[in-house]
Amino acid sequence: MLIPHPLLGPRDAQEFTYLGDARLIARPDGMAEGAEAAFAEYVYLRDNPAGVHRELWFHEQGDRSWLIVTRDTVTHRILGAELARDVKLKGGAA
Amino acid sequence: MRFSALRVFAEAIRGHKGWKPLWRNPDPQPAYDYVIVGGGGHGLATAYYLANTFRQSRIAVLEKGWLGSGNIGRNTTIIRSNYLLPGNEPFYEFSMKLWEGLEQAFNFNAMVSQRGILNLFHSDGQRDAYRRRGNAMLLAGADAELLDREQVRAMAPFLNFDNARFPIKGGLLQRRAGTARHDGVAWGYARGADMAGVDLIQNCEVTGFRIEGGRIRGVETSRGPIAAGKVGVAVAGSSSRVMAAAGLRLPIESHVLQAFVSEGLKPTIPGVITFGAGHFYVSQSDKGGLVFGGDPDGYNSYAQRGNLPVVEDVAESGMALMPMIGRARLLRIWGGIMDMSMDGSPIIDRTPVEGLYLNAGWCYGGFKATPASGYAFAHLMATDTPHDTARFYRLDRFARGHVIDEKGVGPTPNLH
Ligand SMILES: Cc1cc2nc3c(=O)[nH]c(=O)nc-3n(C[C@H](O)[C@H](O)[C@H](O)COP(=O)(O)OP(=O)(O)OC[C@H]3O[C@@H](n4cnc5c(N)ncnc54)[C@H](O)[C@@H]3O)c2cc1C
Repeated sequence: MLIPHPLLGPRDAQEFTYLGDARLIARPDGMAEGAEAAFAEYVYLRDNPAGVHRELWFHEQGDRSWLIVTRDTVTHRILGAELARDVKLKGGAA
Repeated sequence: MRFSALRVFAEAIRGHKGWKPLWRNPDPQPAYDYVIVGGGGHGLATAYYLANTFRQSRIAVLEKGWLGSGNIGRNTTIIRSNYLLPGNEPFYEFSMKLWEGLEQAFNFNAMVSQRGILNLFHSDGQRDAYRRRGNAMLLAGADAELLDREQVRAMAPFLNFDNARFPIKGGLLQRRAGTARHDGVAWGYARGADMAGVDLIQNCEVTGFRIEGGRIRGVETSRGPIAAGKVGVAVAGSSSRVMAAAGLRLPIESHVLQAFVSEGLKPTIPGVITFGAGHFYVSQSDKGGLVFGGDPDGYNSYAQRGNLPVVEDVAESGMALMPMIGRARLLRIWGGIMDMSMDGSPIIDRTPVEGLYLNAGWCYGGFKATPASGYAFAHLMATDTPHDTARFYRLDRFARGHVIDEKGVGPTPNLH
């Protein structure tokens, strides 16, 4: 798989490590009401869709940026990639 | 129709004209007491034990493809009970004991072969970890032996004992472990369930659930609605998709695992051998092919096929462990979609929907669990209490912090 890195162009997926669902960038507020339940959900539950999936990849053997890659889990086709930082700064919603 | 040596002999004389299909192919009834979703190993075993052990009736198994078209027909057939944690080991040992009597019980040749599993270690620290694991196994009534380097050499002289980075220092051996014919297991349970009156319904995909007032009433299928008193879901890699239709999000990601078979060779590998310094395991099928595998690809997937980097990894590990494998030609590679749970251990539990039960999270170790999983799931569905050996496999254990994490890697399904 080739990941279209927004700064470096297409890079072999082997240079990356995989974390999973991009919703992990929206960490719940630990001080808020009901934080315990929110964290249990955040840490353990996943949508795990068959189809389009937004997911976190870390460019470990490259520029060490976190990317949000949009990929089809049924075909392995990669539909796009953004810097996770940009997504977070734009409003946080993955 | 019972199988026996006499029967084989009689059929041979009559030109094998008397054999019948192993199960009926019925159309679905409008209603059942029990509906099992998924005709893989676990679904079929559940129906078998529900009917035969727990004496329940009006049972159907609904399978979207053909029986055994999922992971039960794709795995590398290893059966073992060499787990460490008290939440796991008694369950897998219960499964091992069921394997030992299985073929007599369901009167079918599943080619259960207790040829042993040898887990190699390569450092003093790893020896201590395996000694501890062996002791945990003994405490749960399983068998375990710690072999030194020379004892391993006597068993498997072809291994690379003096690999510069990972010399072999010994191994943990479970002699009662081994392999079984994966399809045969599915067919044996299917036939045994069918003979006890279970309807096995193929090409019948469950597309939704009928839930009224928090209680299950039935399922929607590609062959029309079917009413049900209780519904048990055992769909392995499809667990998240199916349970989403009941409004549940699961502590599961679906990942692809690949497996490999070489051309047929003369008998060379005694039992199952696992590399302790990389993820690689190998055995030899009765047809002579070397059956081996390694790590999952590592990203969410529903594709039933993997990518080449893992093929390279597995081949490298194989070469490091037993250089002679480089002379064998690869015959086939395939992949299966596994239900990787957040702690690497399974779930056999009720759900928030009354009458809806879940059997999932088997990762890449659910084949060995097939008998105990079916038994424990049938126990839960028939009695509404968990089987003693499966009582830790709760769906809410994650929120409660009671995870069963053999590898200690946390909620990262691709590392379990
Ligand atoms: C490559 C590979 C190697 C493995 N090696 C081993 C091993 O050596 N030892 C070991 O213990 N385990 C191993 N495993 C794991 C083991 O195969 C699985 O954990 C186990 O088979 C899962 O349970 P099952 O047999 O019920 O699953 P499956 O056979 O996958 O059954 C699930 C069934 O549900 C059906 N289904 C899905 N959705 C629906 C729907 N909506 N409606 C109706 N039916 C549906 C599917 O078609 C499928 O037939 C391996 C897995 C893989 C992929």
